[in-house]
Amino acid sequence: MLSPESLKKIDQEIAKYPADQKQSASMSALRIAQQEKGWLANETIEFVAKYLGMPPVAVYEVASFYNMYDLAPVGARKITVCTNLPCALSGGVHAAEYIKKKLGIDFNETTADGKFTLKEGECMGACGDAPVLLVNNHQMCSWMTEEKIDQLLADLQK
Amino acid sequence: MLEIEIDGKQLQVSDGSTVMEAAATVGAYVPHFCYHKKLSIAANCRMCLVQVEKAPKPLPACATPVTNGMKVWTHSEQAVKAQKGVMEFLLINHPLDCPVCDQGGECQLQDLSVGYGGAQSRYEEEKRVVGNKNLGPLVSTDMTRCINCTRCVRFTTEIAGLMELGQAFRGEHAEIMPFVEKTVDSELSGNIIDLCPVGALTSKPFRFAARAWEMSRRKSISPHDSLGSNLIVQVKHDVVKRVLPLENEAVNECWLSDKDRFSYEGLNGEDRLKRPMVKQGGAWIETDWQTAMDYVVRGLKGIRADHGPESIGALGSPHSTLEELFLLQSVVRGLGSGNVDFRLRQSDFSADGRMKGAPWLGMSVSEIAGLDRLLIVGSFFRKDHPLVAQRVRQAVKKGLKVSAINPAFDDWQFALQNQLCVSPSEMSAALAKVLKALVEQGSAALSPEFQALVDSVQVDEQALAIARSLGSGRRVAVWMGNYAVQHQDGVALHALASEIARLSGGRFGVLGEAANSVGGYLAGAVPFGAVSGKNASEMLSTPLKAYVLLGIEPEFDLRDAVAARKAFGAAEMVVMLSAFKFEEALGYADVMLPVSPFTETGGAFVNCEGRTQSFHPVVKNTGDSRPAWKVLRVLGEALGLGNFDYESVDAVRAQILGASGSVDPFRLSNDIDIEPLNPAGVSQGLQRVADIPIHFADPLVRRSAPLQATKDSEAPFARISPATLKTLGLNAGDKVVVRSVSGSATVVVSEDEGVAAGCVRLAAAHSSTWALGSLNGEVSVERI
Repeated sequence: MLSPESLKKIDQEIAKYPADQKQSASMSALRIAQQEKGWLANETIEFVAKYLGMPPVAVYEVASFYNMYDLAPVGARKITVCTNLPCALSGGVHAAEYIKKKLGIDFNETTADGKFTLKEGECMGACGDAPVLLVNNHQMCSWMTEEKIDQLLADLQK
Repeated sequence: MLEIEIDGKQLQVSDGSTVMEAAATVGAYVPHFCYHKKLSIAANCRMCLVQVEKAPKPLPACATPVTNGMKVWTHSEQAVKAQKGVMEFLLINHPLDCPVCDQGGECQLQDLSVGYGGAQSRYEEEKRVVGNKNLGPLVSTDMTRCINCTRCVRFTTEIAGLMELGQAFRGEHAEIMPFVEKTVDSELSGNIIDLCPVGALTSKPFRFAARAWEMSRRKSISPHDSLGSNLIVQVKHDVVKRVLPLENEAVNECWLSDKDRFSYEGLNGEDRLKRPMVKQGGAWIETDWQTAMDYVVRGLKGIRADHGPESIGALGSPHSTLEELFLLQSVVRGLGSGNVDFRLRQSDFSADGRMKGAPWLGMSVSEIAGLDRLLIVGSFFRKDHPLVAQRVRQAVKKGLKVSAINPAFDDWQFALQNQLCVSPSEMSAALAKVLKALVEQGSAALSPEFQALVDSVQVDEQALAIARSLGSGRRVAVWMGNYAVQHQDGVALHALASEIARLSGGRFGVLGEAANSVGGYLAGAVPFGAVSGKNASEMLSTPLKAYVLLGIEPEFDLRDAVAARKAFGAAEMVVMLSAFKFEEALGYADVMLPVSPFTETGGAFVNCEGRTQSFHPVVKNTGDSRPAWKVLRVLGEALGLGNFDYESVDAVRAQILGASGSVDPFRLSNDIDIEPLNPAGVSQGLQRVADIPIHFADPLVRRSAPLQATKDSEAPFARISPATLKTLGLNAGDKVVVRSVSGSATVVVSEDEGVAAGCVRLAAAHSSTWALGSLNGEVSVERI
């Protein structure tokens, strides 16, 4: 189901906790699984649950609670725009609207070529840099004016 | 102890109590939804907010520990205002569909909204809608009504042992669901219906059948497993509509197994026997009681005259009442025969006449909570004893260490410290190894009868681990499961297990197969004592001329269906007292007398701990059916036997138990005079391990359509371990013929790591497997 490399990474996470508390590694395990698979299918969640000795529904609770886990397929580039209050006051909503217009998609949609998915995100802990967005959960982009968004999308198109 | 003042009342509570518990002791009702005394504290409904002195805001009573000198007001202005605020939020998304909701009339949300809800909603925005889930044939869902209290989630996790439900998503989108498309398959699943404080989870079989206030509530006792769960049977127009638990902390607490809860669905099926039936010239005709009884009396008298009284025998179901079994044996003994038995699936009767009393649990059920070491021998524990297993599960959380010796394991949903899986023929050797390890590490001396057997075995690591576990305990118990009692060396296993208990300073008990497994002995429905005779096995192997069968379906309820059919087929007369018309028996039976199921008769069961629990009929007789105790009393009188003039069922019980109406403790004993034990031969062939699936164990539960639709009622597989599959050259999914000395069965193979090597686990009491005959012994498996 998962590659040996991913399993090795998960094992490293499990090793951080006492042997009878493997479930503590569930968030890391889901993250690693998502990195490999692109998104979390039910089979992937079930596999992670079995690997950690947890009931599948308990892992599903975690996977569905946090919005950085994707329970449906996403494009090659997932852009998550923060629309929480500080960002919204500093142009977050506008940045999202601009991306929607540019890509021709709404939140939770993927472009026809499968390259971009747009998501509405929650606070990323960098309100001073508002508006902020995340690319593929890992690349943080700050002060996203229209020009910077144009530049970012152009770079990502490559 | 802590001092606390609640609503002006002073009281003392023990350390660690919550405000909710303290309030309950002074009778101050704090409204709540998510709090339940048997579940962990979630504090997520916020309905139980109360005012606490010096606290800046209201606190949830369920999650607030009492501190010394605390002052609490449960109905002050601040408290009520907070509760009303919570109520308004809870009702925001709740549909106003009480008129079509099954929970209406017994709904906590409905009740509390009368006290705390507004007359009108201020909420004008969109309401959320949550999709329904398919949780299986027992629980119906209307998830939009859910208030996300998570009682059901906590129940499956904590009480049933496996988290089958969870709360997925977040905030406004949070919803209770099983893991994608799965159903809730626990044998305790029906309890989430009782726990749900709203109408989100309701009973599927009961859906739209009646309103709570239309039904009368009548007490009864479950006739199924050996616990004897206390029931509330709800009745409308003389029909049983629903069964709920009657809370009894000493027996079933506030729970019921699904078998106890939904078996009532089998009561009024099409094959319910309503008139006496007699076979004349090969054709069945319905008749009246007088004619049928005359026929039976003439037949029995004739057979006694022609062949002697020993040619008459009776078999009674262990699900029959104490009084029924007593009168059954009275009829047989009155006729001069001792052929009577109720131990229908047992194969080893060598302890008969050497037992010091009725085998029982050896302790009370409530004492399970205090155990610290437990050994279970030969049991499909979780499915055979759902609520006893539940108690063990709770005790395991508090430190109980459980070991088990079995030929096949299921997941019992609690941690087993030691799990020894051996084939049936190796079970006595496995117990002897544990015994030897105990002797080597312990102070007590071994009884001489065991010496030869113990000398013949070598202690291995697993036996040593079990012995160490038992030896390190202070409150130890060793229990025999149903499988061990039915085992071909059942008496040797009994003796060995009781010696293990003695050497580890623990108590020995027998779990018991059915509602009246203890009561049957007390009623004398065994072929020893006053007049001895043939046991259940001998009555089939050396055929008799006449059989009286009480509440039995021979193909499913007897140890060897093939031998039974042969014996009954050759008999001159087979009289069946049954609540149901049983198709298979129409061929060999001669008379069918319609008798009452537990809902239409009075009587008593003695449960595994020796507790006598009596009950009254809850509905009128169906058709011409009559309580079996009355039928047997009339039969006794008509046969001209003395002492059958009982005026009531209570008089019969007084005859059995004395005026007290409860079991004299001296009549309960697991002690037997044992003879020296010798090493048993180890079988080389493939051995059958037969379990009795939970919903096939008795005639009533076999007829409950919703229970038959559950996962537990799937057609039996030939379950074989991966290694044995390899040696047999079989794969999971193969269709095979399983052959025994008596017959064959066609089933599908499945891989099961829990089955001992060299064994096939194949369930009995099922139409697809009865043709195999005996529950144990060697079989062959061949792919087709």
